[in-house]
Amino acid sequence: MRREIAVVAFAQTRHSGADEGLAEIEMLAPVITEIKERTGLARFGFTCSGSCDYLAGAPFSFVSALDAIGAWPPISESHVEMDAAWALYEAWVKLLHGDIDTALVYGFGKSSQGNLRSILTQQLDPYHLAPLGIDSVSLAALQARAYMERSGVKEDDLRAVAARSRASGRGNPFALHLPEPGADEEYDVAPLRPYDVAPITDGAAAIVLAAGDRARELCERPAWITGIDHRGEPHAPGVRDLTRSEATRLAGERAGEKAGAAGVEVAELHAQFSHEELILREALGLGDDVRVNPSGGALSANPMMAAGLIRIGEAAARIHDGSASRTLGHASSGPCLQQNLVCVLSEETGASHG
Amino acid sequence: MSSSTGPSEPNHVLEFPGGYTRSVGPVIGRFLSELRDGRLVGVRTAGGRVLVPPSEHDPDTGEDVTGEFVGVGPAGTVTTWSWVPRPAKEHPLDRPFAWALIRPDGADTALLHALDLGVFEEGAQPPKFLKTGMRVRPRWRPERTGGIGDIECFQPEVTLINAPTRLEYELRGGKALRRFLEGIAEGRILGHRCPVCEQVIVPMKGLCPRDGVPTIEEVELPDTGTVTTFAVNNIPDPRAPEVPFVSAYVLLDGAGLTMLTLVAGVPADQVRMGMRVRAAWRPREEWDRSMNNIRWFEPLDEPDVPFDEIKDYL
Repeated sequence: MRREIAVVAFAQTRHSGADEGLAEIEMLAPVITEIKERTGLARFGFTCSGSCDYLAGAPFSFVSALDAIGAWPPISESHVEMDAAWALYEAWVKLLHGDIDTALVYGFGKSSQGNLRSILTQQLDPYHLAPLGIDSVSLAALQARAYMERSGVKEDDLRAVAARSRASGRGNPFALHLPEPGADEEYDVAPLRPYDVAPITDGAAAIVLAAGDRARELCERPAWITGIDHRGEPHAPGVRDLTRSEATRLAGERAGEKAGAAGVEVAELHAQFSHEELILREALGLGDDVRVNPSGGALSANPMMAAGLIRIGEAAARIHDGSASRTLGHASSGPCLQQNLVCVLSEETGASHG
Repeated sequence: MSSSTGPSEPNHVLEFPGGYTRSVGPVIGRFLSELRDGRLVGVRTAGGRVLVPPSEHDPDTGEDVTGEFVGVGPAGTVTTWSWVPRPAKEHPLDRPFAWALIRPDGADTALLHALDLGVFEEGAQPPKFLKTGMRVRPRWRPERTGGIGDIECFQPEVTLINAPTRLEYELRGGKALRRFLEGIAEGRILGHRCPVCEQVIVPMKGLCPRDGVPTIEEVELPDTGTVTTFAVNNIPDPRAPEVPFVSAYVLLDGAGLTMLTLVAGVPADQVRMGMRVRAAWRPREEWDRSMNNIRWFEPLDEPDVPFDEIKDYL
């Protein structure tokens, strides 16, 4: 039987839409302090983080973030240059090995310091894409167009996603509180309008994972990870079917074991553009009865490198607070939903583990 | 807005001065070398698909691609597009343009590039003719260096031409029209009465179009009349007031035929069949031997003429 592993604590900053004058470590440290206090843990069996040096424009900027953790005597630590949801995956694998019982995962990003769109251009294939100067929003708009033409979805349907996300976000003290989408906002990159694009956001988040009885000690209602999987698609947008997220579908099937995403009451989807939510819903087979992004999602707050981890944290928090018994967190990375991670959480440890 | 443009006065810059040198390998290197020579090629996979741009491995299987390079396009078909109303400084064009995934003829995958659709004002809406399925071709740079930018951008295939059309004439209107315009030059509207049907024909033609007989009896008509029918025009015309303007058939009082003229001095949606009008003459010092002397007809403060009285002149 596979080891039982749960999210036992989740903390995040009150995210900001503009630089508030804090260094990244100053933004992160209160979140780490909070999650240590909540769990009563000062040291963890393993620590793993997700961040991107390009956001700060400084090499190895993730190393200085360790000052917020307290790394002496030396700790067992790792880092991914991806959203911290992938750091959570690494920590989950580490916990499966059985030699530790707790892990701290965190992610942080300050997108306000540079031009995020051109920073993300630098993650593209350097031969055929990056030299063209194509940015993340232009790429997403290509996917939106392809999806709309395949599905028949109209711009008003995208606007409805944005409106619902922003309304939910206004009820979330940690999200940016963004107004109702305007009726006559001009295109950003057509067919996307400004409200279809996740806002520039500064923020950080942390999760503590624990295994078995340790999880039960640390949390009244642990959110057990009954399945987690991630999948990547080819990088070149021209070889993919942009209208579908095959990686999400596969990851969802694997994470949900045989049940897939069935029975999920709440899904937190890392949709950084309104059309992505519709593609993800389809890939995961989520029905209208599933509450999608009650936190407001990335369209209400998108701290880079933490926003995917926050989706898992929010999904876990719905189990912690007793408002749901089975939830799903999704994270994405790369252009046009290239890589996707799906984590299914349950109040039950799950009997289907083989 | 900082979300799309970044800091206006950066105090920290991350840069490889002179650029970052990368080796390209045999597959991408071949693609870029062919581009420099002005050719677009793909590479064939073991399964027979043609990848453009080429990659070293088949994205479906991970196997090495074959060494077979295949000329494709250069024409291709747009498979999806996005429209940039306000280009960023990193973008390849400085006026509104589209990004497109373009599948070159003979290829099984699509190439991403910019698509130039002509001159648009900043902030422009996407043009209606920009569509998935559009046929496009590369615009090659004259000086090529072996990079994806050797194609400056793609542009639509030619589907229309705009041919110059102008012929020059010197027209003379004939005797009857000359006499009519002599009258107009004096502020008079002249017609001919038909000796058979006794209707007054204005402008006269020297013939009665109904009876086919010559006409010579001159009659001067007043410059008042009745709108028999009209059209609201929404396409600008240099001779007309601003759009929308009204062109109307006016039956001058005493005339047996209508004249085509403009009606103004009244909102277009208030012009009616049966409305009474009077000619609006230009100032006398601007008069010459042309119908320009009458700028248009304007409403008279008189009751409309019942339809029965104009129905035979429509």
